[in-house]
Amino acid sequence: MESVTPVKKQPMPGPENQEPHITETESISPWKEAFWQLRKNKLAIVGLFIIIFFIMIAIFAPFLTSYSYQTLNAADRLQGPSAQYWFGTDDLGRDIFTRIVYGARISLMVGFFAVTGALIFGSFLGILAGYFGRWVDMLISRIFDIMLAFPSILLAIAIVAILGPSLQNALIAIAIINVPIFGRLVRSKVISIRQEEYIMAAKAQGMKNGRILFHHVLPNSLAPIIVQATLGFGTAILEAAALGFLGLGAQPPTPEWGRMLSDSRQYIQSAPWTVLFPGLSIMLVVLGFNMIGDGLRDALDPKMKN
Amino acid sequence: MISYTIRRLLMLIPVLIGMSLITFSIIHLIPGNPAQTILGEQATPQAIEQLEEQLGLNEPYFVQYGNYMMGLLQGDLGTSLRTKASISSEIWPYLAATIELTIFAMVFAVIVGVNAGIISAWKQNSLFDYTSMLIALIGVSMPIFWLGLLEQWIFAQNLGWLPAFGRGNPRDPVETVTNFYLLDSIINGRPDQLWTSFKHLILPGVALGTIPMAIIARMTRSSMLEVLRSDYIRTVEAKGSHTLSVVYRHGFKNAVIPVLTVVGLQTGTLLGGAILTETIFSWPGVGRYVYEAIGNRDYPVIQSGIIVIATIFVFINLIVDLLYTYIDPRIKY
Repeated sequence: MESVTPVKKQPMPGPENQEPHITETESISPWKEAFWQLRKNKLAIVGLFIIIFFIMIAIFAPFLTSYSYQTLNAADRLQGPSAQYWFGTDDLGRDIFTRIVYGARISLMVGFFAVTGALIFGSFLGILAGYFGRWVDMLISRIFDIMLAFPSILLAIAIVAILGPSLQNALIAIAIINVPIFGRLVRSKVISIRQEEYIMAAKAQGMKNGRILFHHVLPNSLAPIIVQATLGFGTAILEAAALGFLGLGAQPPTPEWGRMLSDSRQYIQSAPWTVLFPGLSIMLVVLGFNMIGDGLRDALDPKMKN
Repeated sequence: MISYTIRRLLMLIPVLIGMSLITFSIIHLIPGNPAQTILGEQATPQAIEQLEEQLGLNEPYFVQYGNYMMGLLQGDLGTSLRTKASISSEIWPYLAATIELTIFAMVFAVIVGVNAGIISAWKQNSLFDYTSMLIALIGVSMPIFWLGLLEQWIFAQNLGWLPAFGRGNPRDPVETVTNFYLLDSIINGRPDQLWTSFKHLILPGVALGTIPMAIIARMTRSSMLEVLRSDYIRTVEAKGSHTLSVVYRHGFKNAVIPVLTVVGLQTGTLLGGAILTETIFSWPGVGRYVYEAIGNRDYPVIQSGIIVIATIFVFINLIVDLLYTYIDPRIKY
């Protein structure tokens, strides 16, 4: 049986407006069903393998290479890919394969912490706005509007300009610019859930606000948040690489992929591998997260099931 | 419609005030002293103090903000610390360069993206569908600065087909009227310069347009798929219309709203996001202008530059919202 959600004024169908209908009457849990859907999606599985591959690389970095990512070796600068240096060497004679492998740690870490940070603050503000409504909603929603009124990379650059260029500050900036994205999503979910009958029932039984929020509202808004977080991982990695490329993120000798690109762009003609491999790594990781995110969206959104 | 437009314009006021307040606060929080920056390292404390007084830097925070806003409302964006020129007059060539690049990128993105999306939906699960959606997926995952570098390497350095840097030939500069080079070379009656300017736009335009192209293609496809399943499309087909004309004439008309949303959002994003493309292609745009100002600690330029870009962004979104009602009369506010 499908539950009927009240029709709201929706000028445009967008991913954030589509609600999964999770009904209690089905014999299998909706999460299990979503998992089956996901398993059928080949792209999502490929994406999952890409991400697992990069996570393994990041974890086992020291075992994959005998070089150090920061030892300079002037004699072997700008060497092409060979059995000795799989991906060649950069202008300072450092092994690019080693730097890519250690760079996976940085990119995944940035993605993880930026998304987690944005998720925590965004959910908190979104729940406050959606659940309490009135002036709380007005205030928080306007703040989100204003933050989203800035092109995100520009806001990130401005924040890094205050904090000073470093990997950590780039991470903070990326988390901040992503807060309203999660915040709005959570708010819209909370508002639609708040009108459901089981929330009214919980209220009628005298349940406290906090308990309703954590036991009913949050679990029921989880699906779109998971999708957004997965896609956000990729975006955060791209944004960190962009800041690194502009010299506002990781500082040398940190093997951050974006920074590696900007440091070697002048050698693209004589040593294209210095530019090829870091860019390819960024693209693959982001592609992996986008594939999983798309697959999750299809799996968790019943509207796509046909 | 008119009352809705007015209401939306009024709603912009708090957003614009909030934006200027945030930007103003950010600039204030940036470590460093503008007076020190102007006078240099060897300045005496007295000179610095005098200049601070002159610039109103000793005033309370809100008085400074009020003064800045008063200037802003009169079209005064302040004075650049580095060039000592008025930002209002200085910013236009940069802004025009970015707008020209953005429009070019968007035209590219819409033409390729919309058509790829429509054909993918029409031939769902075909080889074309799979290929174009895979390209679109790679497109949204691509770091555009990397794409730009590869473009330069292949098309400028190796094949020598297209120029890699700048807006035109520096030895034969375009005589500026509007600062849109394509327009200016037409006004000046210089087809050779029109061709040169166009060639300079291609590489950065494609780099900048790739992400929106991919997003538009995906959005068009999914929106078209929904429409193509509807009853009225079946009716038209039953009446014996040729399929491709059905797809373009009846289908896309009804699938256009979500596509339009994406186009609007992406146009705004491009204006601000052009900074990376501008860096790679030495494009003298407004993103570059602001970015260099950060390096030079040119506070008024950073502040006004961000406010100008964000204001344009807000207005583009408003125009897109208003266009909905025009394109789809079913939407009523």
